[in-house]
Amino acid sequence: MVRVFNALGAAFMAFFQYLGEVVLLAADTFRSLFTRKLRWKLFLNQIVEIGLLSQLVVVITGGFTGAVFSAQTFFQFNKIGMGSATGAVVSVAICRELGPVLTALMVAGRVGAAMSAEIGTMKVTEQIDALRALAVYPTDYLVVPRALAMMVSMPLLVAECIAVGIAAGYFIAIFLLEVNGTYYMANMVRWTRNRDIIMGLSKAFCFGILIVFISCHKGLTAREGAVGVGRATTEAVVNGSLAVLICNFFLTMLLNIIYPAGYQ
Amino acid sequence: MIAVRDLAKKIGQQEILCGVNLDVARGETLAIIGRSGGGKSVLLKHLVGLMQPNTGEIWIEGANIIGLHERDLGAIRQKIGILFQGAALFDSMTVEENIAFPLWEAGERDPKAIRAKVREMLEVMELEGEEDKMPVNLSGGMKKRVGLARAIVRRPSCILYDEPTSGLDPVVSDSINRLIRRLQQRFGVTGIVVTHDMKSAFDVANHVAYLHEGRVYFYGTPTEFEQTTDPILQDFLLGRSGDSIRERS
Repeated sequence: MVRVFNALGAAFMAFFQYLGEVVLLAADTFRSLFTRKLRWKLFLNQIVEIGLLSQLVVVITGGFTGAVFSAQTFFQFNKIGMGSATGAVVSVAICRELGPVLTALMVAGRVGAAMSAEIGTMKVTEQIDALRALAVYPTDYLVVPRALAMMVSMPLLVAECIAVGIAAGYFIAIFLLEVNGTYYMANMVRWTRNRDIIMGLSKAFCFGILIVFISCHKGLTAREGAVGVGRATTEAVVNGSLAVLICNFFLTMLLNIIYPAGYQ
Repeated sequence: MIAVRDLAKKIGQQEILCGVNLDVARGETLAIIGRSGGGKSVLLKHLVGLMQPNTGEIWIEGANIIGLHERDLGAIRQKIGILFQGAALFDSMTVEENIAFPLWEAGERDPKAIRAKVREMLEVMELEGEEDKMPVNLSGGMKKRVGLARAIVRRPSCILYDEPTSGLDPVVSDSINRLIRRLQQRFGVTGIVVTHDMKSAFDVANHVAYLHEGRVYFYGTPTEFEQTTDPILQDFLLGRSGDSIRERS
């Protein structure tokens, strides 16, 4: 019994230590962000890496999610004669939940893995030690440009995902499922409010912060060798995705107080 | 220039350094030698603040660097260059970008001035024509020379060399030793060379420190080291293993 409690205690301690390290990295990064000069070239490179090169993934994710969600909603709603409400449901769901969460999961997989692998490789090949020896603070050089680029890119990627998702849902409903376009649009515009979009973009910003700090922390603490980098990369994606899903629940509950759902 | 006082470092359960004391005068080159796993590279990393000891002090130009925050170490690190064992070149940058990196980070923004300094370094290191290559396309000796160029481009007053000739053939090793001597003569820099290569140690050093069981076991000139009758030093000098095949990790 004592062993079980010891093991549980050790696991809790390890979890809180990990959490503390990520929070300290975030605090250090925000401090640097406001007190140090930004390396613009690195920041723009990261905007390309995170924002520009994620376009295809985000467009496909948003498009097919919107399409399938529109079809499924129509199949159910049409049974009770509410087929034209499909647009409202698809639009609100994509703005508030599907857009930010699915984009964040795709970015955690694509960008989070790359960040963690790149920084982890630099760590195990002594390149980070070389940075330090050359009087360059690793957080300033490696984390700040990535964090800022993520904070800028994520809301834009989510906005794009939402737009493509809604458009795909519209085309499927109107041209494939033959829903009345006028009613579809009227319901969608009536039930989708600015606060739904604000909620989606707020979540995007928070998810971006989670992904970037979890990934950078995993890279910076990678253990020696190829196995260490591989493990850091896997853990960055898994932890990042889990953090997004868990925080999404709490953010939904919190933001729903500030931006309540529905037509009011 | 550099003084190490009672430096002790434990990693896990293993005591790597147990009270190291060393002094390095300005302009001299000290070779730190000893068996593999004897804590030489660990000592070198302490000198530039890449590792923090359990106890002890390191004084560089009158300032104790132990306990300083990473950001505050920046000023000290501007004065010290380090050549890593594997060169630790930035693999996403060309040779030219690697050498220019410390200048750019120090705030130099004039492309002509940066290019001129990089050209000078390429010439000193005999690397002309290699500036556009990526580190992955360089030989081991060239990587070390680029690493050395990057370490000295900001004209530090002290350079630390971690195994500068390991993994290199004798001819390339000799060229690296020649470079170390040239840097000492041309720029008057203080040098600390960690090596097992006795030829290299005798070629470049004014003094030799032999690290044994985490302590400085011998300190003297290369001639004194060669003439010693101490069995431990004799074994190392002549490459005799005796019964021991153990290596501290």
